[in-house]
Amino acid sequence: MNVISTHIGQPVSRIDGVAKVTGQAKYAAEPHPPGMLYGVVVNSPIAHGRIETIHDTGARQVPGVIEIMTHLNRPHAALFEKSYMDGLGVPGAPYRPLHDGEIHFNGQPVAVVFAETFEAAREAAMLVRVDYERWPHNANFEVALHQKYMPSKTRSNYVPPKPRGDAAAAYALSAVKTEGRYHLAPEHHNPMEMHATTVIVEDDGTFTVWDKTQGPQAVQAYLASALSLSKDQVRVRNPYVGGAFGSGLRAVYNVFLATLAAKMLKRAVRVTLTRPQMFTHAFRPEAVMDIALGASRDSTLQSMIVKGVTDTSRFEHNMENIVIWGLINYRCPNATADYKVAPRDTYTSSDMRAPGAATGVNLLEMAIDEMAYACGMDPLAFRLHNYSDIDAMHDMPLTSKALRDAMAQGAQHFGWHDRSMIPGSMRDGRELVGWGMATGIWDAMFSPTSARARLGQDGRLHIATAASDIGTGTYTILAQTAAEAFGMPLDRIDIELGDSALPECPTEGGSWTAASAGAAVWLACHSLRTKLFAALARCKNAPSWARQDSVKLEGGALHGMNENAQDSLSLSDALSLTGQDVLEAEETAKPGLRGKISQMRKARFTHSAVFCEVRVDPELDTVRVTRLVNAVAAGRIMNPKTAASQIRGAMVMATGMALHEESLMDERVGRFMNHNFAEYHIPAHADIPDMDVLFVNEHDDEVSPLGVKGIGEIGMCGTAAAIANAIFHATGRRYRNLPIMPGA
Amino acid sequence: MTRESVAVPCRLQINGQDYSADLPPSVTLLDLLRERLDLTGTKKGCDHGQCGACTVLVDGKRVKSCLILAVSIPDSVVTTIEGIAQDGRLHPMQQAFIDADAFQCGYCTPGQIMSAIALLEEGHIHSRAEIREFMSGNLCRCGAYNGIINAIEQVVSRQHRNQAGEAA
Ligand code: FES
Ligand code: FES
Repeated sequence: MNVISTHIGQPVSRIDGVAKVTGQAKYAAEPHPPGMLYGVVVNSPIAHGRIETIHDTGARQVPGVIEIMTHLNRPHAALFEKSYMDGLGVPGAPYRPLHDGEIHFNGQPVAVVFAETFEAAREAAMLVRVDYERWPHNANFEVALHQKYMPSKTRSNYVPPKPRGDAAAAYALSAVKTEGRYHLAPEHHNPMEMHATTVIVEDDGTFTVWDKTQGPQAVQAYLASALSLSKDQVRVRNPYVGGAFGSGLRAVYNVFLATLAAKMLKRAVRVTLTRPQMFTHAFRPEAVMDIALGASRDSTLQSMIVKGVTDTSRFEHNMENIVIWGLINYRCPNATADYKVAPRDTYTSSDMRAPGAATGVNLLEMAIDEMAYACGMDPLAFRLHNYSDIDAMHDMPLTSKALRDAMAQGAQHFGWHDRSMIPGSMRDGRELVGWGMATGIWDAMFSPTSARARLGQDGRLHIATAASDIGTGTYTILAQTAAEAFGMPLDRIDIELGDSALPECPTEGGSWTAASAGAAVWLACHSLRTKLFAALARCKNAPSWARQDSVKLEGGALHGMNENAQDSLSLSDALSLTGQDVLEAEETAKPGLRGKISQMRKARFTHSAVFCEVRVDPELDTVRVTRLVNAVAAGRIMNPKTAASQIRGAMVMATGMALHEESLMDERVGRFMNHNFAEYHIPAHADIPDMDVLFVNEHDDEVSPLGVKGIGEIGMCGTAAAIANAIFHATGRRYRNLPIMPGA
Repeated sequence: MTRESVAVPCRLQINGQDYSADLPPSVTLLDLLRERLDLTGTKKGCDHGQCGACTVLVDGKRVKSCLILAVSIPDSVVTTIEGIAQDGRLHPMQQAFIDADAFQCGYCTPGQIMSAIALLEEGHIHSRAEIREFMSGNLCRCGAYNGIINAIEQVVSRQHRNQAGEAA
C-alpha cells in the first residue's frame, strides 16, 4: 500500500490519555454492578497431592459470607481437558480449576469465598482450613533437567532448529573457542494491575465478563467451552488493561472461577487476585543454554552449537524458541541447536514479553561478546564481520534488515568509537565504567484481523475491532490510521476496542497488532469511502460535483476538484443526502496470495542494536546503568512518541532481567516464595537512566500491508545482554547467570 | 462462633465533599474509595504498601491509601485523582503526563500523578536524580519512568517561569 502520511508517523499524544490521567478509565475490577459479591480465592499450600477434607464452618460464620465454592459444590463445568484448551496452543492437558480434589501445583485454587463485602470475604478466606494428602513433588530445576524431553506434539509456533554444515567437526578445528552454560532465572510478568474479573449477570441471563486479558474473544471462546455455554451467552470486555506482558494471553483462573460462581449464585461477582496470587500462574520459564562457539583466527565464526532447556509443568508442555536466534542472525557455516523442556510440579510456564527471544537472544549475545573478546576484536566490529544478510538458518532472503544502519547510528549516538577495548580500563573517579553492546531480533508477524468503520449522522467516524490496548498505544495508532485512510481529523474519530462482540481480532501479543489491526482499519476506511462516494453518485439531489469522480474527502469533508475546488459538503450533510442514518463497512486484512507467497519465500524480522554504559562501585560491587541507547529497525513507525515509549518500557523490563528479577523457588513446598514487590524487585525510578531510542529508516512494503513490523518485544531483545557485556567491560568478570548481582 | 459485625464512625472530606458512615474498622482507605465510593481512579497494585499505585493526598501529604484504615484518620481531607482537575480543566501535572507520554497502560498513573503533585510541594525537585529518588516509591511496570520525570520537570520549569513572570 502506498501511504502518504499526514497522520501516520506523527508523534500524536495518546487519545486515551485523558481517561487515564483522570482516573475515568475503567479496568477489569472497576465496574460495580448492583448486588455484586466479592470472591477471594484460597490456594493450595502444597505442590502435589489430594484434598482430604475442607473445613469451612468457621468461614461460613463470618457475617456477610454467602457461599464457599469448592470442587465439591461447584456447578457443572466441562469434564474433558480439551474443553479447557485455549488459543495459545500449549500441548498437554490444561488445568481445570476446581475440577476435582487433586493438586497439581502450589497455589492451585481450592476454594473461593463469596461475601457481600471484600473485608468479609478476605477474613473468611483466611478461616478456610484444608487437609491434604501429600504426594512427592519436584520443584528443583537441576533435578528437572535430568528428566528433560522433547514433547511428541510441539507447540504451534515452535520453530525447530535447522542444522547446517558439521558444527561438531568445525568446532574441533576452530582456532578460537568459547564454551559456557548460561542461565536465566524464572521471572513473573507482574503487570501493575492484578488479574481480576467482574461478572455482570444481565436480565436475559447472559454474562458480561470484564476481564483483564489480552484476548477478549479467546476468553469468550474458553468460557463458552469450559462452562458449556453458547458463545452468545458470554461477552468479554477489556477496554483498559493495566499491563499484561503475556500474563493475559491465556485465561487466568480468576475468570473461570468468577463466571462459574455467577452461574451458581445468579449474582454479579468479582474475583481479584492478590499480588502473591500473581505468582501462582504464568511466569517466564527458567532456562539454561549451553553455547559453544568456534572461530578462525580472523574472527570469522565457524561453528555454533546451542543447546537449551526451559521448564514446564507436569501437565502441559510449554515450549519456547530460545535456541534458533544465533543460527538465524549470524553467518556461520556450521551450526546446530537442540531444545528440550524440563518438567516440574509447578503451574505451566508461559509467554512473557518476547518469549523465547528475550531468553535466547540475550544469552547468545552474552556468548558472542565472549567470543569477540577471545578473538581480540571489538564486539561491534565482530558482529559486523559475521553479519548475515539473510535468515541463515533457513537460507532464506529477508523482507528487510536494516541492522547495519541500526548498529552504525546507535554506535554514533552512543559514542562507541571512544571505547577502549581493555576491561576495567575506563574509570570515572573511583567508579569503574563499562560500555557494552548487543543486537536484538524478533519476529515481524501478521495475523488476519477484521475491523469495522462506521460513519454516523454526527459526522464522526467510528472504528471497532476486538483488539486489546494493554498500554501499547493501539487506540492511538488505529485512530491515526483511520484519519489517514478516510481523510478525517483525529478528533472526529472514535475507537472502540476490548470487546468480544466486535469484529474479529487475534489475541494481542507477539507485536502483531499494529501491523494486523492497522491494515484492517485501513481497508475498512477505504471501503467506507468507496461506499460513500458510490452512494452520493447514485443520489439525485446531491450537488453534481459531488456525484463525479473528481471529489475528494479531506479534513473530514467532501471537496470538489478543479473548477469545483470551491465546493464542499460536510459528512453529515452528505450522509443525509444519501438518505441513510449510518454507512458502514467491515473488512478483513489477510496476507492474500502475494503475501502468502512472500511468507514462503522470505523471512521477516525486527532488528535492533543496543548500547549500554554501567558504573560499578569497585568496593561495593553495586551496578548502576547510566546510559542506554537502542537503535531499532522495525519498518514503518506509526507513532514515534508511543513507539519510543514501548521500546523504553521493554528496556526497563530488560534491565530488570539483567539486574533485578528472579522468582525464587522454595523447593520444599514448590512455591515461588518472594511473591511480592518487596522481594521480587522490578526496576524503580532510581534504577533507570535516560534512555535514547532511535528508529532507523527501514522501508519494507512486503512485511505487512502498511509496512509495519511491530515494536512491543524488540526492546527486550539484546538489552539485558548489552548490560551484562558492559559489566564485563567495567570489571573484567564474566557473569553467565541472569540476573547479575555482583554485590549480592 | 457467630459475631456481629462491628462498625466504627468514619468522617472524612473527600475531594471537597463530606463523607460520613459507620464502617468496619478493617476497611482500608483504598477499599473505601474503590469499593464503597466508586472512586476507582485510585488503584490497587499490591495492597501492601510496596507499589504506590494507591497514592492519594491526606491533608496535603502523599500516603499509600492501602496502608491506612479509613476510620483511623477522622476529619482528614483526602484528595484523589478524581479531585485535582478544576472546572473540567486538567491539573497541569495531568496535562504534562499526556504531553510527555508518561504512561502506557495507565494503571500506575493516578498514583504517579498524586505522588508528583506532593513531590513539588515537598520541593524535592532540584535535579533529575533527586526527582527519581523521591519518586521511587511509585513503581511502573510499563517502564514509563523517563516520561514521568520529563512530565514533572515540565511542570517545575513552567512554575519557575510563572514565578519569574510574576516577579518581573
Ligand atoms: S496498593 Fe498501596 S502501595 Fe501498592
Ligand atoms: S503505565 Fe502501566 S504501570 Fe505505569
